[in-house]
Amino acid sequence: MSEKKTTKKRGEYKIALAGNPNVGKSTVFNYLTGMRQHTGNWAGKTVQNAKGFYTYNGIKYQLMDLPGTHSLYSKSYEEACAEEYITFGMCDAVVVIADANCLERNLNLVFQVTEITPNVILAVNLMDEAEKNGIKIDIERLKKQLGLAVVPMSAGRKKGFEELKEQIENMCMQPVKKQNDDFGKTQGCMGEINRRRHILVQEIERIRGNDYRNGYFAMRLLYDEKYSEKLFKNLDFENSDEIMEIVKALRQELYSLSVTDEVISDCLTSELSSKAEETARDCVTRQTSRYKSCLNALDRIFTGRLTGTVTMVGLLLLVLWITIYGANYPSQWLSGILLGFEDKLATLFLKAGVSPWVVNMVVHGGYNVLAWVVSVMLPPMAIFFPLFTILEDFGYLPRVAYNLDYYFSKANTCGKQALTMCMGFGCNAVGVMGCRIIDSPRERIIATITNSFVPCNGRFPTLIAIISMFFLVSKSGVLGSLLSSLFLCGVLVLGVVSTFAVSKLLSKTLLKGVPSSFTLEMPPYRKPQFCKVLVRSVFDRTLFVLGRAVAVAAPAGLFIWVLANIYMGDKTILAHITEFLDPLGRLMGMDGVILTAFILGFPANEVVIPIMLMTYMQKSVLCDFSSLEELRQLLVSNGWTVVTAVCVMIFCLMHWPCSTTLLTVKKETKSLKWTAYAFLIPTLCGAFLCIAVNMLSKIFIF
Amino acid sequence: MKTLADLSKNERGKVSELTATGSIRRRLRDLGIVNGTTIVCQGVSTHGDISAYFVKGAVIALRKKDAEKIYIE
Repeated sequence: MSEKKTTKKRGEYKIALAGNPNVGKSTVFNYLTGMRQHTGNWAGKTVQNAKGFYTYNGIKYQLMDLPGTHSLYSKSYEEACAEEYITFGMCDAVVVIADANCLERNLNLVFQVTEITPNVILAVNLMDEAEKNGIKIDIERLKKQLGLAVVPMSAGRKKGFEELKEQIENMCMQPVKKQNDDFGKTQGCMGEINRRRHILVQEIERIRGNDYRNGYFAMRLLYDEKYSEKLFKNLDFENSDEIMEIVKALRQELYSLSVTDEVISDCLTSELSSKAEETARDCVTRQTSRYKSCLNALDRIFTGRLTGTVTMVGLLLLVLWITIYGANYPSQWLSGILLGFEDKLATLFLKAGVSPWVVNMVVHGGYNVLAWVVSVMLPPMAIFFPLFTILEDFGYLPRVAYNLDYYFSKANTCGKQALTMCMGFGCNAVGVMGCRIIDSPRERIIATITNSFVPCNGRFPTLIAIISMFFLVSKSGVLGSLLSSLFLCGVLVLGVVSTFAVSKLLSKTLLKGVPSSFTLEMPPYRKPQFCKVLVRSVFDRTLFVLGRAVAVAAPAGLFIWVLANIYMGDKTILAHITEFLDPLGRLMGMDGVILTAFILGFPANEVVIPIMLMTYMQKSVLCDFSSLEELRQLLVSNGWTVVTAVCVMIFCLMHWPCSTTLLTVKKETKSLKWTAYAFLIPTLCGAFLCIAVNMLSKIFIF
Repeated sequence: MKTLADLSKNERGKVSELTATGSIRRRLRDLGIVNGTTIVCQGVSTHGDISAYFVKGAVIALRKKDAEKIYIE
């Protein structure tokens, strides 16, 4: 990052992709580099820089996908990162991607970037969508007005990439060499600022020599003294104290003319706005369109006063029902195939001379459980995740945030927490990282700590399995799956309600404060790319989660087997452990084995049930668990009741987050204290609820 | 004086003053909310705490307490 350290590799050009949030930067990046950066239809999806490469006409280009930013002056973390990269990343060209639907607003950033480098290419993306919305953009005129290379694109339809690559090549081969000494207005408030900017530029030039960015640096320093930290970190600056003295003096002068930081900011933005308005007036024409009124009608349904909540719950139920009902078939199919191999595998092993005892353990113990993991856990994950991604691509998540905002405002937190909560349904670690979109540190920590209250994709199958085993024994088919989804929906609602309650509690105690201001962007609805979603979910997500489950389940199985076969005194180590945990487990309506499974499931929540099964199987006779009914019998014979099932579900919903999530919390908060809270709070909530359920059941049932 | 929060669905107004301060002021400016910008209210949420506004070709939702800091005429 730092210019002090980087030396450029020969024959490799560095290109930055910048732009407002949700204009398709990652789509362009993916197409050019062939990578699979996740994309989604909402502002803030990309919170990390992603690096990729592509070759064009034999020359290698390094491409950096930056998080979306409205302005280089923004104080939000990821936007500040984008600014730092554009300014100090030594890019050969910056491609600013703009949304053709709201070009005027996007030009703000374009103008800001041209202050830093003359090597800017403007890619006007989503031309197809804009056309449907009745918006026409005169590209030739735009080129002339801005004096920049402008490329019209429809990245979703793979249009415009050839021209973009060509323009990037041109810019790298023949970089624009010019001075940036025209600072615009000399009258009024802007004039006062610009005069001082000029003085500062000359001082900087005296020390560092000519640099296109000097004008920008001067402006930043006049606007905010703290920018010097970033500046001196990235650039060798002799006499930095001297410069800062001048900056302070100039700022003092501006203050005495009552030109405060806020006034500077206002002057700058209003100047850019009027420039953008002028450009847009010349180059953009609008007509009414039917397509747009259709989208507006959709929005009326999804965000309407009454219909909003109804459709939200309805959609959740629908997604869960498709997941549960749809998972039945591949589950049966997979377990048929996988368990069919079991005997063949055993025979093969026996023929090879492996002792029957080992065969029993490896094949009938290990393989059996593994087959169960694959056939029961995989299908719901493989169905839920794409459905979720389709809703995300469609642009529904910000609408959820809009509908739920009331509750978050009651909890004194940011409405964008709903977005991070939704991401948690996919994966809590991703949800925690997504908390970067929340600007206020207080609200960000609340969102981080409470993220694991929504069950991630890996915990879904556990919940579904328990629901279908203990609550819907004799029901099957459409009715059964409908009831299951209602049950599961109830569990999810419990998770969401706990998120509100705990957020509110944190707002009143550990993280006191009033809600900060924020803007929530509501992107236009877009047609999801079904095929891409499917392929991506299966390969990127499902296989990853499954791989992790298997990777954890196998050593965990071995570990359990070892524990179960080493004796300490008259009992195995495993028996010691489970018996030790048993009183605590019983208090929480579970038992020692279940608690052991949750503890061993720390690296991956997906393996809790398999570990539980393996442990029970050490004690009881092996049985064939090709169906859930037989599994249920195994659990019942180990003392499970409906209360146990309820408590396991509650504890599955609320206990420590998996290790990956906790590591992410540590990385994001940079604090052991908050990581500890992220561990303790859900655990305590779960333990407390389980104990309460257990006590109540003892009072009322017996 | 009217603020953005007073607009009901499909009503429009022209920004005359911004009283928000700090980073949200900057953010609103960057989103194109400057003096003279026309804003249309797209809808109010169920509990009325947040509303959607059409600004410069895009829809942005603002909480009531933030919308109250944008004066319109």
